[in-house]
Amino acid sequence: MVSTQQHNIQLNEQGRLRHFLTIEGLKRDLLTRILDTAESFAALPGRPVRKVPTLRGRIITNLFFENSTRTRTTFELAAKRLSADVLNFNVSTSATSKGETLLDTLRNIEAMHSEMFVVRHNQSGAAHFIARHAAPGVSVINAGDGRHAHPTQAMLDMFTIRKHKGDFTPLRVAIVGDVLHSRVARSQILALNTLGVTEVRVVGPRTLIPTDARALGVHVHHDIESGLRDVDVVIMLRLQKERMAGALLPSEEEYFRLYGLTNERLAVARPDAIVMHPGPMNRGVEMDSEVADGPRSVILQQVSYGIAVRMAVMSMCMQTHADSGESA
Amino acid sequence: MSDLHIFMQHDAIIDLIDGMARVLKNRLQERGIDNPAVIGIHTGGGWIAEHLHRRLNCGDPPGLLDISFYRDDFTRIGVNPQVKPSRIDFDVEGRHIVLVDDVIQSGRTIRAAMNEIFDFGRPASITLVCLIERSGRQLPIQPDVAGLRPPLQLDEHIRLNGPEELRLEISRSRQPRNNGDR
Repeated sequence: MVSTQQHNIQLNEQGRLRHFLTIEGLKRDLLTRILDTAESFAALPGRPVRKVPTLRGRIITNLFFENSTRTRTTFELAAKRLSADVLNFNVSTSATSKGETLLDTLRNIEAMHSEMFVVRHNQSGAAHFIARHAAPGVSVINAGDGRHAHPTQAMLDMFTIRKHKGDFTPLRVAIVGDVLHSRVARSQILALNTLGVTEVRVVGPRTLIPTDARALGVHVHHDIESGLRDVDVVIMLRLQKERMAGALLPSEEEYFRLYGLTNERLAVARPDAIVMHPGPMNRGVEMDSEVADGPRSVILQQVSYGIAVRMAVMSMCMQTHADSGESA
Repeated sequence: MSDLHIFMQHDAIIDLIDGMARVLKNRLQERGIDNPAVIGIHTGGGWIAEHLHRRLNCGDPPGLLDISFYRDDFTRIGVNPQVKPSRIDFDVEGRHIVLVDDVIQSGRTIRAAMNEIFDFGRPASITLVCLIERSGRQLPIQPDVAGLRPPLQLDEHIRLNGPEELRLEISRSRQPRNNGDR
């Protein structure tokens, strides 16, 4: 056990979360602890003061090499609700475009006593790279790297599912759409299987499902009706417009006709099935507005829960510095 | 850790709580408070709060605070793995609050709890009730009502177990305890 933990850069010697880079290699207990911790923070919006003093005086840096206003904003809000100070580095408009290397940028921000980096990058493995080179006492959270992982999105999805369904064990979950290019789907599949659901299905055209999908522990469906039959949870993925230009897909209309989620299609799922989407959503492409705004949609709750889950991960990583006697 | 022994059993603790409830009622009456709301600190304080709540005939359900995220030593101790959401189902603004904990030692837990209460609203007053008041205060915070003041050495640790069968246990650590956590 110790040896596997030593190989997992995300955990410290006590097996506690130091960085949060991927769901891979994390055990069910730890994922459950993240969800439990997030429960405390999910109650905050109901209070007159919507923050806790936990990380007062600490500095958290959003290091975004890829634009994403929405994700950056939820991380920023999560940090502020923990009373941390937040630096936002939009690196495409910052020093790297002047020739500074990534590691120089990192050292500079570390010199400002930032103890946590929230990293978004279009290259898979970027957050791992920064975690490997970060000073002791500095934590890295992956806010999406290339096609690889988006673990906080997956955990907020798990939190949303648990809020609605309670126990993961009996659940059948369908993930519909562009699984091939989706870091969200990869992280969701790992999280769902680690948390012990009955079945994970991926549903989509052959061109958008990885050829080795079965190795991820999923059932593959190319027909949406068979894919949605009797599921408890439907997770729709965003179809990135840039994929439309290539040969992977015929057209938006054709995609919607074959894979778009409508109330009629949803009728084969369980009557209490919930519908999720990581956003931003293309109405009339992945999903009919009637479904998106309908009673089974929990899409806006996902956004609120995202802040609580990110607070949980941030506070747990910061705690680990204490265990190791590290400080920045 | 060694030398664990039982200090007090359930029935005696219940007698103690009965006594605390009587003193508390008088104290509240003296201050002209007739509709207090009870808040317990997770975990032991929550159990005592339930008992006191029944004896005070309060209308509102007792609140429960988990002060993990308000601790002044968060960076040293971190998140309690069993952290529970704080829950207060009444409006704190303008209310007279009875704050309940099992043991007061340094006073730091109470400070954190009061900080958290103020994030729910501005109470009219806070009356502090503790089952056990022991030595080791590091902050100028004293209970208004205490069940018992046992003479304990600095290396002795007292702990309430429950909730069905309440039991107070004393253990002695070989190294002096870091008593900053109560």
